[in-house]
Amino acid sequence: MFAHKISRHSREGGNPSPGLPSSSTFGRWIPAFAGMTRLGVLALLAAVVSLPLAAQDTLPPAPYAYRQLDDPAQEAKAQELMETLRCLKCQSQSIADSDAPMAGDMRSQVRQRIAAGEDPEAIRAWLVERYGDYVSYAPRVTALTWPLFVLPLVLLAIALVLLRRRFFGGKGDGE
Amino acid sequence: MSADDPKPRRWAIWLPLAVFATFVVVVIYSLSHPADREVASAMIGKPLPQFDLAPAIPERQGLATSRFSDGKPRLLNIFASWCIPCAVESPQLDQLARKGVEIDGIAIRDRPEDVKAFLARNGNPFARIGKDDVSAVQLAIGSSGVPETFVIDGKGVIRYQHIGEIRPEHVPLILQKLKEAE
Repeated sequence: MFAHKISRHSREGGNPSPGLPSSSTFGRWIPAFAGMTRLGVLALLAAVVSLPLAAQDTLPPAPYAYRQLDDPAQEAKAQELMETLRCLKCQSQSIADSDAPMAGDMRSQVRQRIAAGEDPEAIRAWLVERYGDYVSYAPRVTALTWPLFVLPLVLLAIALVLLRRRFFGGKGDGE
Repeated sequence: MSADDPKPRRWAIWLPLAVFATFVVVVIYSLSHPADREVASAMIGKPLPQFDLAPAIPERQGLATSRFSDGKPRLLNIFASWCIPCAVESPQLDQLARKGVEIDGIAIRDRPEDVKAFLARNGNPFARIGKDDVSAVQLAIGSSGVPETFVIDGKGVIRYQHIGEIRPEHVPLILQKLKEAE
C-alpha cells in the first residue's frame, strides 16, 4: 500500500542535488545507501517511518473492543468465536489476537451480539455471507473442501492394507 | 528391497526426489508470486444492508440505505482522513463527480474536524457523507479496508466493488460499471 509512495521518495532522493556532497557519510558506512545524498536518505527514512504512523485513526476503540462482557459464560462464548474469526487487516491473526482497529470493531460487534443473545454460529454465518469462507478459521465441509477430509481416511486405509500385506501377507516374503 | 522381489520397480526410487523437487518448485513459485491478499466482498449482487449514518461533517447530510433506491446508480466510497491511498484517489473521484457521477461517502473511524481538513486539502466530491465510527456498515457490506468503492444500482443492489484507490487508469472501468448498473 505504501510501496508506491516510498519508491517515489527514494527515487527523488537518488538524484544528487547540486550544492550537496554527492557521497555522504551514510554512503561510506552503509553500502545500501551508497550513492544516495544525505537528503535522499533522510527523505527515505522519513517516508518509511512516518507513513505507517500516519495511517492510523485517532478514534478511541469501539466499546467492547478491549472490554470483556460482564457475564463470564457469554464472554467465553464470544472469546471462542473471536479466536476462529480472521482479522481482515492482518490476515494470519484472529480478531482475538489482533490490535488492528478493524479487528477491535469486529470484537466489539461480536461481543455485543452475543450479549444480545445471538448464537455464535449465526454471527459466523453472517460474516461468511459478507466475506466468504476466508473470514472463518473453522473448517467447513463443502463441495470444494471435501477431498481434504476424505483424503486422510483414504491414505490411512491404503497404509493399513500395505502394512497388512507386509506383516501378515500369505507369501511369507520376510528375509 | 531384497533381491528376490518379484518386480523391482527401479523408477520408484526416484519418486521421493520428484516429490521434493515439485515441492521446491511450488515454494519458489509461491515466493515470487505472492498470493492476492485482498478479500473481495461476497455481497455483490445483493441489496445494500440497512443502515442510517449520522453526518460526518455538518456541511453534508448523513447517509442512509433509503438514499440508494431512487433509480440512479451511484458510487459508495469508503474512506478515511487517516488513510493515505484515499488522498491518492481524490483527483479521480473529483473527475468522476465532474462527469456527473453521484458519489456518497462513508468515513470510517474519523473525527469531523479531520474529515473537514481532509476534504479541504483534497477536494470534496461527495454528495453525502455518513460517519461509521465502529466500522459497522463496513462490516455489513463486506469491505475489508479503506479505500473501497462500490457501484450501487438504482434499486440499491451492490453491483461492483473496487478494492484500493481508484487510479487514473481505473476511471473508465468505474464509468463502465456505472453504465452497466443502469
